Amino acid sequence: MRRRWDRHAVERRVLGVLRVAVVAGAVAAAAGPVLYGVVLSVRPFPDVAADPLGLPGPGSWDPSAYGRALAPEERGGFGLAGFMANSLVVAVATTLAAVACSVLGAYAAVRLRFFGRDAVNGLFLAVYLFPGIVLAVPLFVLFGRLGLTGSLPGLVLIYLAQTVPVALYMLRGYFQAVPVSVEEAAEVDGCSRRQVIVRVVLPMALPGLAATGLYVFMIAWNEFLFALLFLAPDRDRWTVALGVARLADFSVPAPVLMAGSVAVTVPVVAGFLLAQRLLVSGLTAGAEKG
Amino acid sequence: MSGARRRREEWHGRLLVAPTLAVVAAVVLVPFAAGVVLAFQEVRLIEVRALGWGDLEVSFANFARVLGGSGFWAAARTTLVYAVATTAGSLAAGLALALALRRPFRGRGLVRGVVLVPYVLPVVAATTVVAALLNPQYGPVNAVGERFLGWDAPVDVLTTRDVEVAGFPVPVALTAVVLFEVWKSFPLAFLFLTARLQAVPAELEEAAVVDGASPTQVFRHVLLPQLAGVLALLGLLRFIWSFQNFTDVYLLTGGAGGTEVVAVRVYTELVTRADIGAASALGVLMTVVLAVPLVVYVRATGRGRV
Repeated sequence: MRRRWDRHAVERRVLGVLRVAVVAGAVAAAAGPVLYGVVLSVRPFPDVAADPLGLPGPGSWDPSAYGRALAPEERGGFGLAGFMANSLVVAVATTLAAVACSVLGAYAAVRLRFFGRDAVNGLFLAVYLFPGIVLAVPLFVLFGRLGLTGSLPGLVLIYLAQTVPVALYMLRGYFQAVPVSVEEAAEVDGCSRRQVIVRVVLPMALPGLAATGLYVFMIAWNEFLFALLFLAPDRDRWTVALGVARLADFSVPAPVLMAGSVAVTVPVVAGFLLAQRLLVSGLTAGAEKG
Repeated sequence: MSGARRRREEWHGRLLVAPTLAVVAAVVLVPFAAGVVLAFQEVRLIEVRALGWGDLEVSFANFARVLGGSGFWAAARTTLVYAVATTAGSLAAGLALALALRRPFRGRGLVRGVVLVPYVLPVVAATTVVAALLNPQYGPVNAVGERFLGWDAPVDVLTTRDVEVAGFPVPVALTAVVLFEVWKSFPLAFLFLTARLQAVPAELEEAAVVDGASPTQVFRHVLLPQLAGVLALLGLLRFIWSFQNFTDVYLLTGGAGGTEVVAVRVYTELVTRADIGAASALGVLMTVVLAVPLVVYVRATGRGRV
Protein backbone atom coordinates (compact mmCIF):
# COMPACT_ATOMS: atom_id res chain seq x y z
CA MET A 1 0.00 0.00 0.00
CA ARG A 2 2.77 2.42 0.90
CA ARG A 3 4.71 1.82 -2.30
CA ARG A 4 1.70 2.55 -4.49
CA TRP A 5 1.09 5.85 -2.77
CA ASP A 6 4.72 6.75 -3.31
CA ARG A 7 4.36 6.05 -6.98
CA HIS A 8 1.27 8.23 -7.18
CA ALA A 9 2.93 11.11 -5.39
CA VAL A 10 6.06 10.94 -7.55
CA GLU A 11 4.06 10.71 -10.76
CA ARG A 12 1.87 13.61 -9.78
CA ARG A 13 4.87 15.76 -8.92
CA VAL A 14 6.77 14.90 -12.13
CA LEU A 15 3.72 15.28 -14.36
CA GLY A 16 2.91 18.60 -12.72
CA VAL A 17 6.37 19.94 -13.63
CA LEU A 18 6.12 18.44 -17.12
CA ARG A 19 2.73 20.04 -17.67
CA VAL A 20 4.09 23.51 -16.92
CA ALA A 21 7.16 22.85 -19.08
CA VAL A 22 5.09 21.61 -22.04
CA VAL A 23 2.68 24.55 -21.92
CA ALA A 24 5.48 27.11 -21.54
CA GLY A 25 7.50 25.46 -24.31
CA ALA A 26 4.52 25.36 -26.67
CA VAL A 27 3.65 29.01 -26.09
CA ALA A 28 7.28 30.05 -26.58
CA ALA A 29 7.61 27.95 -29.74
CA ALA A 30 4.33 29.23 -31.19
CA ALA A 31 4.68 32.92 -30.36
CA GLY A 32 8.49 33.31 -30.29
CA PRO A 33 9.26 33.26 -34.02
CA VAL A 34 6.34 35.56 -34.80
CA LEU A 35 7.45 38.08 -32.17
CA TYR A 36 11.01 37.83 -33.45
CA GLY A 37 9.77 38.65 -36.96
CA VAL A 38 7.90 41.70 -35.68
CA VAL A 39 10.91 42.92 -33.68
CA LEU A 40 13.28 42.42 -36.59
CA SER A 41 10.96 44.36 -38.91
CA VAL A 42 11.21 47.52 -36.78
CA ARG A 43 14.91 47.33 -35.84
CA PRO A 44 17.38 49.23 -38.03
CA PHE A 45 19.48 46.58 -39.78
CA PRO A 46 22.92 47.81 -38.57
CA ASP A 47 21.70 47.31 -34.98
CA VAL A 48 20.59 43.75 -35.81
CA ALA A 49 23.93 42.87 -37.39
CA ALA A 50 25.85 44.38 -34.44
CA ASP A 51 23.77 42.63 -31.78
CA PRO A 52 21.51 39.80 -33.01
CA LEU A 53 20.10 39.18 -29.53
CA GLY A 54 19.32 42.79 -28.63
CA LEU A 55 15.92 44.41 -28.42
CA PRO A 56 15.10 47.80 -29.92
CA GLY A 57 15.24 50.59 -27.35
CA PRO A 58 12.10 52.62 -26.73
CA GLY A 59 13.19 55.43 -29.05
CA SER A 60 14.70 53.38 -31.86
CA TRP A 61 11.60 51.79 -33.43
CA ASP A 62 11.78 52.26 -37.15
CA PRO A 63 8.66 51.26 -39.10
CA SER A 64 10.06 52.48 -42.44
CA ALA A 65 10.63 48.86 -43.60
CA TYR A 66 6.85 48.46 -43.95
CA GLY A 67 6.69 51.43 -46.30
CA ARG A 68 9.50 50.05 -48.44
CA ALA A 69 7.99 46.56 -48.55
CA LEU A 70 4.52 47.77 -49.53
CA ALA A 71 5.32 50.64 -51.91
CA PRO A 72 5.23 49.99 -55.67
CA GLU A 73 8.51 49.47 -57.51
CA GLU A 74 8.37 52.83 -59.29
CA ARG A 75 8.62 54.50 -55.91
CA GLY A 76 11.56 52.45 -54.70
CA GLY A 77 9.50 49.85 -52.86
CA PHE A 78 9.08 46.13 -53.36
CA GLY A 79 5.47 46.14 -54.58
CA LEU A 80 3.95 44.04 -51.82
CA ALA A 81 0.71 46.04 -51.76
CA GLY A 82 0.18 45.04 -55.39
CA PHE A 83 0.82 41.37 -54.57
CA MET A 84 -1.66 41.64 -51.71
CA ALA A 85 -4.28 43.01 -54.09
CA ASN A 86 -3.70 40.04 -56.42
CA SER A 87 -3.97 37.59 -53.54
CA LEU A 88 -7.12 39.28 -52.32
CA VAL A 89 -8.79 38.90 -55.73
CA VAL A 90 -7.73 35.27 -56.05
CA ALA A 91 -8.66 34.35 -52.48
CA VAL A 92 -12.06 36.10 -52.53
CA ALA A 93 -13.00 34.56 -55.89
CA THR A 94 -11.93 31.11 -54.66
CA THR A 95 -13.87 31.55 -51.42
CA LEU A 96 -17.11 32.59 -53.13
CA ALA A 97 -16.95 29.79 -55.68
CA ALA A 98 -15.94 27.13 -53.14
CA VAL A 99 -18.65 28.10 -50.67
CA ALA A 100 -21.28 28.17 -53.43
CA CYS A 101 -20.31 24.72 -54.73
CA SER A 102 -19.94 23.17 -51.32
CA VAL A 103 -23.26 24.51 -49.99
CA LEU A 104 -25.04 22.62 -52.74
CA GLY A 105 -22.88 19.51 -52.44
CA ALA A 106 -22.98 19.40 -48.64
CA TYR A 107 -26.75 19.78 -48.56
CA ALA A 108 -27.12 16.92 -51.02
CA ALA A 109 -24.69 14.78 -49.02
CA VAL A 110 -26.53 15.39 -45.74
CA ARG A 111 -30.21 15.42 -46.74
CA LEU A 112 -30.75 13.73 -50.07
CA ARG A 113 -30.51 10.10 -51.04
CA PHE A 114 -29.36 9.67 -54.59
CA PHE A 115 -27.55 7.10 -56.68
CA GLY A 116 -23.78 7.24 -56.16
CA ARG A 117 -23.86 9.50 -53.11
CA ASP A 118 -21.33 7.48 -51.11
CA ALA A 119 -19.06 7.11 -54.13
CA VAL A 120 -19.11 10.87 -54.66
CA ASN A 121 -18.32 11.53 -50.99
CA GLY A 122 -15.43 9.07 -51.12
CA LEU A 123 -14.14 10.72 -54.28
CA PHE A 124 -14.09 14.15 -52.64
CA LEU A 125 -12.18 12.74 -49.69
CA ALA A 126 -9.65 11.19 -52.07
CA VAL A 127 -9.20 14.56 -53.78
CA TYR A 128 -8.45 16.11 -50.40
CA LEU A 129 -5.62 13.63 -49.87
CA PHE A 130 -4.30 13.75 -53.39
CA PRO A 131 -0.70 15.01 -53.70
CA GLY A 132 -0.66 18.54 -55.10
CA ILE A 133 2.81 18.08 -56.52
CA VAL A 134 1.62 15.08 -58.56
CA LEU A 135 -1.22 17.11 -60.09
CA ALA A 136 1.12 20.01 -60.70
CA VAL A 137 2.83 18.29 -63.63
CA PRO A 138 -0.21 17.54 -65.84
CA LEU A 139 -1.91 20.81 -64.81
CA PHE A 140 1.19 22.71 -65.87
CA VAL A 141 1.09 20.96 -69.25
CA LEU A 142 -2.68 21.13 -69.80
CA PHE A 143 -3.04 24.76 -68.70
CA GLY A 144 -0.06 25.59 -70.87
CA ARG A 145 -1.82 24.10 -73.88
CA LEU A 146 -5.01 25.98 -73.06
CA GLY A 147 -3.11 29.22 -72.53
CA LEU A 148 -4.28 29.45 -68.93
CA THR A 149 -0.85 29.63 -67.28
CA GLY A 150 -0.18 33.12 -66.06
CA SER A 151 -3.88 33.87 -65.62
CA LEU A 152 -5.46 34.47 -62.25
CA PRO A 153 -8.77 32.77 -63.25
CA GLY A 154 -6.79 29.62 -64.04
CA LEU A 155 -5.28 29.75 -60.58
CA VAL A 156 -8.72 30.28 -59.00
CA LEU A 157 -9.98 27.16 -60.77
CA ILE A 158 -7.16 25.08 -59.27
CA TYR A 159 -7.61 26.53 -55.79
CA LEU A 160 -11.33 25.84 -56.09
CA ALA A 161 -10.72 22.16 -56.81
CA GLN A 162 -8.25 21.94 -53.95
CA THR A 163 -10.51 23.58 -51.36
CA VAL A 164 -14.01 22.41 -52.27
CA PRO A 165 -13.58 18.95 -50.68
CA VAL A 166 -12.55 20.42 -47.29
CA ALA A 167 -15.25 23.06 -47.49
CA LEU A 168 -17.81 20.39 -48.27
CA TYR A 169 -16.62 18.27 -45.37
CA MET A 170 -16.82 21.19 -42.93
CA LEU A 171 -20.24 22.33 -44.15
CA ARG A 172 -21.61 18.80 -43.87
CA GLY A 173 -20.96 19.01 -40.15
CA TYR A 174 -22.75 22.34 -39.81
CA PHE A 175 -25.72 21.22 -41.91
CA GLN A 176 -26.11 18.06 -39.85
CA ALA A 177 -26.65 20.32 -36.85
CA VAL A 178 -29.73 21.88 -38.50
CA PRO A 179 -32.77 19.90 -37.27
CA VAL A 180 -34.57 18.04 -40.06
CA SER A 181 -37.90 18.88 -38.43
CA VAL A 182 -37.43 22.60 -39.17
CA GLU A 183 -36.87 21.83 -42.84
CA GLU A 184 -39.87 19.51 -42.94
CA ALA A 185 -42.03 22.20 -41.37
CA ALA A 186 -40.92 24.63 -44.08
CA GLU A 187 -41.74 22.04 -46.74
CA VAL A 188 -45.19 21.53 -45.26
CA ASP A 189 -45.66 25.28 -45.48
CA GLY A 190 -45.06 24.97 -49.21
CA CYS A 191 -41.39 25.86 -49.60
CA SER A 192 -39.58 24.35 -52.55
CA ARG A 193 -36.17 22.70 -52.08
CA ARG A 194 -34.45 25.90 -53.17
CA GLN A 195 -36.47 27.97 -50.72
CA VAL A 196 -35.72 25.51 -47.91
CA ILE A 197 -31.99 25.85 -48.55
CA VAL A 198 -31.98 29.62 -48.94
CA ARG A 199 -34.48 30.56 -46.22
CA VAL A 200 -33.99 27.85 -43.59
CA VAL A 201 -30.72 25.96 -43.87
CA LEU A 202 -28.35 28.78 -44.82
CA PRO A 203 -29.44 31.24 -42.10
CA MET A 204 -29.15 28.52 -39.46
CA ALA A 205 -25.72 27.44 -40.71
CA LEU A 206 -24.48 30.99 -41.27
CA PRO A 207 -21.70 30.91 -38.64
CA GLY A 208 -20.47 27.65 -40.14
CA LEU A 209 -20.63 29.18 -43.60
CA ALA A 210 -18.44 32.07 -42.42
CA ALA A 211 -15.92 29.72 -40.81
CA THR A 212 -15.73 27.57 -43.94
CA GLY A 213 -15.26 30.64 -46.12
CA LEU A 214 -12.48 31.89 -43.87
CA TYR A 215 -10.70 28.55 -44.02
CA VAL A 216 -10.86 28.49 -47.81
CA PHE A 217 -9.64 32.09 -47.91
CA MET A 218 -6.65 31.18 -45.77
CA ILE A 219 -5.67 28.26 -47.98
CA ALA A 220 -5.92 30.37 -51.15
CA TRP A 221 -4.04 33.29 -49.57
CA ASN A 222 -1.20 31.01 -48.40
CA GLU A 223 -0.82 28.75 -51.43
CA PHE A 224 2.62 28.74 -53.01
CA LEU A 225 3.28 25.83 -55.40
CA PHE A 226 0.77 26.64 -58.14
CA ALA A 227 1.44 30.36 -57.86
CA LEU A 228 5.12 29.58 -58.42
CA LEU A 229 4.43 27.31 -61.40
CA PHE A 230 1.90 29.56 -63.13
CA LEU A 231 2.79 33.14 -62.27
CA ALA A 232 6.57 33.19 -61.78
CA PRO A 233 7.42 34.91 -65.10
CA ASP A 234 4.87 37.71 -64.66
CA ARG A 235 5.72 39.94 -61.72
CA ASP A 236 2.52 42.01 -62.03
CA ARG A 237 0.43 38.95 -61.23
CA TRP A 238 2.43 37.62 -58.27
CA THR A 239 0.47 36.67 -55.17
CA VAL A 240 1.81 37.38 -51.69
CA ALA A 241 3.29 33.91 -51.19
CA LEU A 242 5.23 34.13 -54.43
CA GLY A 243 6.15 37.78 -53.88
CA VAL A 244 7.64 37.28 -50.42
CA ALA A 245 9.46 34.10 -51.51
CA ARG A 246 10.98 35.88 -54.51
CA LEU A 247 12.05 38.84 -52.37
CA ALA A 248 13.79 36.39 -50.04
CA ASP A 249 15.83 35.16 -53.05
CA PHE A 250 17.11 38.64 -53.82
CA SER A 251 19.33 40.50 -51.39
CA VAL A 252 16.47 42.40 -49.80
CA PRO A 253 17.34 43.85 -46.37
CA ALA A 254 16.16 41.58 -43.58
CA PRO A 255 13.85 44.15 -41.90
CA VAL A 256 12.02 44.71 -45.21
CA LEU A 257 11.65 40.96 -45.64
CA MET A 258 10.27 40.65 -42.11
CA ALA A 259 7.93 43.61 -42.66
CA GLY A 260 6.62 41.85 -45.77
CA SER A 261 6.13 38.59 -43.89
CA VAL A 262 4.29 40.34 -41.07
CA ALA A 263 2.12 42.26 -43.54
CA VAL A 264 0.96 39.10 -45.35
CA THR A 265 0.38 37.33 -42.03
CA VAL A 266 -1.81 39.94 -40.36
CA PRO A 267 -4.97 39.35 -42.46
CA VAL A 268 -5.06 35.58 -41.97
CA VAL A 269 -4.09 35.51 -38.31
CA ALA A 270 -6.57 38.30 -37.48
CA GLY A 271 -9.35 36.47 -39.31
CA PHE A 272 -8.44 33.24 -37.62
CA LEU A 273 -8.40 34.69 -34.11
CA LEU A 274 -11.79 36.32 -34.75
CA ALA A 275 -13.44 33.10 -35.87
CA GLN A 276 -11.30 30.67 -33.89
CA ARG A 277 -14.03 28.86 -31.96
CA LEU A 278 -16.14 28.31 -35.06
CA LEU A 279 -13.24 27.14 -37.17
CA VAL A 280 -11.99 24.72 -34.56
CA SER A 281 -15.38 23.10 -34.09
CA GLY A 282 -15.80 22.80 -37.86
CA LEU A 283 -12.39 21.26 -38.45
CA THR A 284 -12.63 18.72 -35.65
CA ALA A 285 -16.28 17.82 -36.17
CA GLY A 286 -15.42 14.21 -36.96
CA ALA A 287 -12.94 13.72 -34.15
CA GLU A 288 -15.35 13.05 -31.29
CA LYS A 289 -16.59 9.94 -32.98
CA GLY A 290 -13.00 8.67 -33.07
CA MET B 1 -42.69 8.30 -49.67
CA SER B 2 -44.31 8.68 -53.08
CA GLY B 3 -42.49 7.66 -56.25
CA ALA B 4 -42.53 11.16 -57.69
CA ARG B 5 -41.04 12.62 -54.54
CA ARG B 6 -38.33 9.93 -54.49
CA ARG B 7 -37.45 10.62 -58.13
CA ARG B 8 -37.26 14.33 -57.46
CA GLU B 9 -34.88 13.74 -54.52
CA GLU B 10 -32.71 11.58 -56.75
CA TRP B 11 -32.64 14.24 -59.44
CA HIS B 12 -31.99 17.13 -57.02
CA GLY B 13 -29.16 15.25 -55.35
CA ARG B 14 -27.31 14.73 -58.60
CA LEU B 15 -27.96 18.30 -59.68
CA LEU B 16 -26.59 19.78 -56.46
CA VAL B 17 -23.42 17.70 -56.55
CA ALA B 18 -22.85 18.41 -60.25
CA PRO B 19 -20.90 21.71 -59.95
CA THR B 20 -18.41 20.27 -57.44
CA LEU B 21 -18.10 17.10 -59.45
CA ALA B 22 -17.46 19.08 -62.64
CA VAL B 23 -14.66 21.10 -61.03
CA VAL B 24 -13.07 18.04 -59.48
CA ALA B 25 -13.28 16.16 -62.77
CA ALA B 26 -11.78 19.03 -64.77
CA VAL B 27 -8.96 19.96 -62.40
CA VAL B 28 -8.19 16.68 -60.60
CA LEU B 29 -9.44 13.56 -62.38
CA VAL B 30 -8.67 14.50 -65.98
CA PRO B 31 -5.22 15.94 -65.13
CA PHE B 32 -4.37 12.88 -63.06
CA ALA B 33 -5.28 10.61 -65.95
CA ALA B 34 -3.21 12.83 -68.22
CA GLY B 35 -0.32 12.56 -65.77
CA VAL B 36 -0.45 8.77 -65.87
CA VAL B 37 -0.48 8.86 -69.68
CA LEU B 38 2.42 11.33 -69.76
CA ALA B 39 4.47 9.10 -67.46
CA PHE B 40 4.61 6.58 -70.30
CA GLN B 41 5.57 9.11 -72.99
CA GLU B 42 9.08 10.21 -73.77
CA VAL B 43 8.30 13.87 -74.06
CA ARG B 44 9.80 17.21 -73.14
CA LEU B 45 8.01 20.45 -72.47
CA ILE B 46 8.70 21.92 -75.92
CA GLU B 47 7.35 18.85 -77.71
CA VAL B 48 4.20 18.54 -75.65
CA ARG B 49 2.33 21.21 -77.61
CA ALA B 50 2.60 19.16 -80.76
CA LEU B 51 1.66 15.91 -79.03
CA GLY B 52 -1.47 14.35 -80.55
CA TRP B 53 -3.49 11.23 -79.77
CA GLY B 54 -1.68 9.36 -82.54
CA ASP B 55 1.73 9.90 -80.95
CA LEU B 56 0.87 8.14 -77.69
CA GLU B 57 3.01 5.18 -76.76
CA VAL B 58 3.67 2.92 -73.82
CA SER B 59 7.29 3.39 -72.86
CA PHE B 60 8.88 2.54 -69.55
CA ALA B 61 11.93 4.64 -70.37
CA ASN B 62 10.90 7.41 -67.95
CA PHE B 63 10.61 5.00 -65.05
CA ALA B 64 13.96 3.43 -65.89
CA ARG B 65 15.60 6.86 -66.13
CA VAL B 66 13.98 8.13 -62.93
CA LEU B 67 14.76 5.02 -60.86
CA GLY B 68 18.35 4.91 -62.14
CA GLY B 69 18.91 8.66 -61.86
CA SER B 70 21.67 9.84 -59.56
CA GLY B 71 20.37 10.58 -56.12
CA PHE B 72 16.91 9.05 -56.59
CA TRP B 73 17.23 6.44 -53.88
CA ALA B 74 18.83 8.98 -51.54
CA ALA B 75 15.85 11.28 -52.15
CA ALA B 76 13.41 8.41 -51.59
CA ARG B 77 15.12 7.64 -48.28
CA THR B 78 15.12 11.33 -47.28
CA THR B 79 11.41 11.57 -48.10
CA LEU B 80 10.59 8.54 -45.97
CA VAL B 81 12.71 9.74 -43.03
CA TYR B 82 11.18 13.21 -43.33
CA ALA B 83 7.60 11.89 -43.44
CA VAL B 84 8.02 9.39 -40.60
CA ALA B 85 9.93 11.78 -38.30
CA THR B 86 7.51 14.62 -38.98
CA THR B 87 4.49 12.42 -38.31
CA ALA B 88 5.92 11.04 -35.07
CA GLY B 89 7.03 14.46 -33.85
CA SER B 90 3.77 16.16 -34.76
CA LEU B 91 1.64 13.54 -33.01
CA ALA B 92 3.88 13.44 -29.92
CA ALA B 93 3.92 17.23 -29.54
CA GLY B 94 0.19 17.54 -30.18
CA LEU B 95 -0.60 14.77 -27.68
CA ALA B 96 1.68 16.20 -24.97
CA LEU B 97 0.09 19.62 -25.32
CA ALA B 98 -3.47 18.28 -25.44
CA LEU B 99 -2.85 16.38 -22.19
CA ALA B 100 -1.09 19.35 -20.57
CA LEU B 101 -4.01 21.66 -21.38
CA ARG B 102 -6.69 19.24 -20.24
CA ARG B 103 -7.31 20.70 -16.82
CA PRO B 104 -8.72 24.25 -16.86
CA PHE B 105 -6.61 27.11 -15.55
CA ARG B 106 -6.66 30.87 -15.88
CA GLY B 107 -5.60 31.89 -19.35
CA ARG B 108 -6.10 28.45 -20.92
CA GLY B 109 -8.27 29.92 -23.68
CA LEU B 110 -5.53 32.37 -24.58
CA VAL B 111 -2.88 29.62 -24.60
CA ARG B 112 -5.09 27.51 -26.88
CA GLY B 113 -5.40 30.41 -29.31
CA VAL B 114 -1.68 31.22 -29.29
CA VAL B 115 -0.47 27.67 -29.92
CA LEU B 116 -2.60 27.51 -33.09
CA VAL B 117 -0.69 30.40 -34.66
CA PRO B 118 1.99 28.27 -36.42
CA TYR B 119 -0.77 26.34 -38.19
CA VAL B 120 -2.44 29.42 -39.70
CA LEU B 121 0.74 31.33 -40.47
CA PRO B 122 1.34 31.68 -44.22
CA VAL B 123 4.08 29.17 -45.06
CA VAL B 124 6.15 31.77 -46.82
CA ALA B 125 6.10 34.08 -43.80
CA ALA B 126 7.02 31.19 -41.52
CA THR B 127 9.96 30.08 -43.67
CA THR B 128 11.21 33.65 -44.03
CA VAL B 129 11.22 34.20 -40.27
CA VAL B 130 12.83 30.82 -39.57
CA ALA B 131 15.52 31.49 -42.19
CA ALA B 132 16.25 34.78 -40.40
CA LEU B 133 16.39 33.02 -37.03
CA LEU B 134 18.94 30.57 -38.44
CA ASN B 135 20.92 33.13 -40.46
CA PRO B 136 24.68 32.68 -39.92
CA GLN B 137 25.39 36.45 -39.92
CA TYR B 138 22.63 38.04 -37.88
CA GLY B 139 20.45 35.16 -36.69
CA PRO B 140 19.88 34.80 -32.95
CA VAL B 141 20.28 31.00 -33.00
CA ASN B 142 23.92 31.25 -34.07
CA ALA B 143 24.45 34.20 -31.73
CA VAL B 144 23.27 32.07 -28.79
CA GLY B 145 25.37 29.15 -29.99
CA GLU B 146 28.54 31.17 -30.23
CA ARG B 147 28.03 33.23 -27.11
CA PHE B 148 26.69 30.64 -24.69
CA LEU B 149 27.18 27.16 -26.15
CA GLY B 150 30.78 27.46 -27.25
CA TRP B 151 30.26 26.96 -31.01
CA ASP B 152 33.53 27.68 -32.86
CA ALA B 153 31.91 29.22 -35.91
CA PRO B 154 28.37 30.03 -37.04
CA VAL B 155 26.56 27.10 -38.66
CA ASP B 156 24.59 27.70 -41.84
CA VAL B 157 21.90 25.32 -40.64
CA LEU B 158 19.84 25.22 -43.84
CA THR B 159 22.72 24.17 -46.13
CA THR B 160 24.83 22.00 -43.80
CA ARG B 161 24.38 18.29 -44.36
CA ASP B 162 25.71 17.06 -41.03
CA VAL B 163 28.01 17.81 -38.13
CA GLU B 164 29.94 15.41 -35.92
CA VAL B 165 28.61 15.13 -32.39
CA ALA B 166 30.64 12.77 -30.19
CA GLY B 167 31.97 11.06 -33.29
CA PHE B 168 28.56 10.49 -34.93
CA PRO B 169 27.33 12.44 -37.95
CA VAL B 170 24.09 14.24 -37.06
CA PRO B 171 22.00 15.56 -39.97
CA VAL B 172 21.55 19.33 -39.61
CA ALA B 173 19.43 20.66 -42.46
CA LEU B 174 17.14 17.61 -42.44
CA THR B 175 16.57 17.99 -38.70
CA ALA B 176 15.75 21.65 -39.26
CA VAL B 177 13.11 20.95 -41.94
CA VAL B 178 11.60 18.17 -39.81
CA LEU B 179 11.40 20.43 -36.75
CA PHE B 180 9.87 23.17 -38.90
CA GLU B 181 7.16 20.83 -40.13
CA VAL B 182 6.48 19.52 -36.62
CA TRP B 183 6.17 23.13 -35.44
CA LYS B 184 3.81 23.95 -38.30
CA SER B 185 1.59 20.89 -37.96
CA PHE B 186 1.39 19.99 -34.25
CA PRO B 187 -1.48 22.47 -33.64
CA LEU B 188 -3.79 20.44 -35.88
CA ALA B 189 -2.96 17.23 -33.98
CA PHE B 190 -3.49 19.15 -30.75
CA LEU B 191 -6.93 20.33 -31.91
CA PHE B 192 -8.16 16.88 -32.91
CA LEU B 193 -6.79 15.19 -29.81
CA THR B 194 -8.31 17.86 -27.56
CA ALA B 195 -11.70 17.36 -29.20
CA ARG B 196 -11.44 13.61 -28.73
CA LEU B 197 -10.25 13.91 -25.11
CA GLN B 198 -13.32 16.02 -24.31
CA ALA B 199 -15.51 13.17 -25.52
CA VAL B 200 -13.92 10.55 -23.21
CA PRO B 201 -16.58 9.63 -20.62
CA ALA B 202 -15.54 10.94 -17.20
CA GLU B 203 -16.79 7.73 -15.49
CA LEU B 204 -14.10 5.65 -17.22
CA GLU B 205 -11.31 7.68 -15.68
CA GLU B 206 -12.99 8.02 -12.31
CA ALA B 207 -13.45 4.26 -12.09
CA ALA B 208 -9.78 3.69 -12.88
CA VAL B 209 -8.72 6.20 -10.22
CA VAL B 210 -10.98 4.58 -7.64
CA ASP B 211 -9.38 1.25 -8.50
CA GLY B 212 -6.02 2.78 -7.59
CA ALA B 213 -4.57 3.51 -11.03
CA SER B 214 -1.76 6.07 -11.12
CA PRO B 215 -1.87 8.98 -13.62
CA THR B 216 0.39 7.20 -16.11
CA GLN B 217 -1.65 4.02 -15.76
CA VAL B 218 -4.83 5.97 -16.43
CA PHE B 219 -3.22 7.36 -19.55
CA ARG B 220 -1.88 4.01 -20.72
CA HIS B 221 -4.98 1.91 -20.06
CA VAL B 222 -7.89 4.36 -20.28
CA LEU B 223 -7.01 7.40 -22.39
CA LEU B 224 -4.67 5.88 -24.98
CA PRO B 225 -7.16 3.22 -26.15
CA GLN B 226 -9.77 5.97 -26.51
CA LEU B 227 -7.38 8.11 -28.56
CA ALA B 228 -6.09 5.27 -30.76
CA GLY B 229 -8.56 5.90 -33.57
CA VAL B 230 -7.86 9.62 -33.87
CA LEU B 231 -4.10 9.02 -33.55
CA ALA B 232 -4.22 6.52 -36.41
CA LEU B 233 -6.22 8.91 -38.62
CA LEU B 234 -3.96 11.87 -37.79
CA GLY B 235 -0.88 9.74 -38.39
CA LEU B 236 -2.17 8.68 -41.79
CA LEU B 237 -3.05 12.23 -42.84
CA ARG B 238 0.22 13.73 -41.60
CA PHE B 239 2.26 10.99 -43.29
CA ILE B 240 0.48 11.57 -46.60
CA TRP B 241 0.84 15.36 -46.37
CA SER B 242 4.51 15.25 -45.31
CA PHE B 243 5.45 12.65 -47.90
CA GLN B 244 4.24 14.91 -50.71
CA ASN B 245 5.37 18.19 -49.12
CA PHE B 246 7.09 20.44 -51.60
CA THR B 247 6.52 24.00 -50.43
CA ASP B 248 8.08 23.93 -46.97
CA VAL B 249 11.25 22.09 -47.98
CA TYR B 250 11.67 24.12 -51.17
CA LEU B 251 11.25 27.45 -49.38
CA LEU B 252 13.56 26.54 -46.50
CA THR B 253 16.46 24.78 -48.22
CA GLY B 254 15.61 24.41 -51.91
CA GLY B 255 16.63 20.77 -51.43
CA ALA B 256 20.18 21.60 -50.26
CA GLY B 257 22.07 19.97 -47.41
CA GLY B 258 20.62 16.48 -47.81
CA THR B 259 16.98 17.60 -47.78
CA GLU B 260 16.14 16.80 -51.39
CA VAL B 261 12.79 15.04 -51.12
CA VAL B 262 11.06 13.43 -54.11
CA ALA B 263 8.56 16.32 -54.38
CA VAL B 264 11.45 18.74 -54.93
CA ARG B 265 12.84 16.37 -57.58
CA VAL B 266 9.48 16.46 -59.39
CA TYR B 267 9.72 20.25 -59.50
CA THR B 268 13.33 20.13 -60.74
CA GLU B 269 12.43 17.65 -63.51
CA LEU B 270 9.42 19.74 -64.51
CA VAL B 271 10.80 23.28 -64.40
CA THR B 272 14.59 23.08 -64.53
CA ARG B 273 14.97 20.12 -66.92
CA ALA B 274 11.58 20.50 -68.65
CA ASP B 275 11.37 16.69 -68.66
CA ILE B 276 7.61 16.12 -68.50
CA GLY B 277 7.88 12.35 -68.79
CA ALA B 278 10.28 11.99 -65.88
CA ALA B 279 8.30 14.40 -63.68
CA SER B 280 5.08 12.48 -64.40
CA ALA B 281 6.74 9.15 -63.73
CA LEU B 282 7.95 10.41 -60.35
CA GLY B 283 4.40 11.59 -59.60
CA VAL B 284 2.94 8.19 -60.46
CA LEU B 285 5.51 6.47 -58.22
CA MET B 286 4.63 8.82 -55.34
CA THR B 287 0.92 8.10 -55.77
CA VAL B 288 1.51 4.36 -55.73
CA VAL B 289 3.57 4.57 -52.53
CA LEU B 290 0.98 6.82 -50.85
CA ALA B 291 -1.82 4.41 -51.73
CA VAL B 292 -0.26 1.75 -49.48
CA PRO B 293 -0.85 3.38 -46.06
CA LEU B 294 -4.28 4.55 -47.21
CA VAL B 295 -5.37 1.02 -48.16
CA VAL B 296 -3.90 -0.38 -44.93
CA TYR B 297 -5.84 2.20 -42.91
CA VAL B 298 -9.14 1.60 -44.69
CA ARG B 299 -8.72 -2.17 -44.30
CA ALA B 300 -7.76 -1.90 -40.62
CA THR B 301 -10.59 0.40 -39.61
CA GLY B 302 -13.11 -1.30 -41.84
CA ARG B 303 -14.63 1.89 -43.08
CA GLY B 304 -14.65 2.94 -46.67
CA ARG B 305 -15.68 6.50 -45.98
CA VAL B 306 -14.92 8.99 -43.25
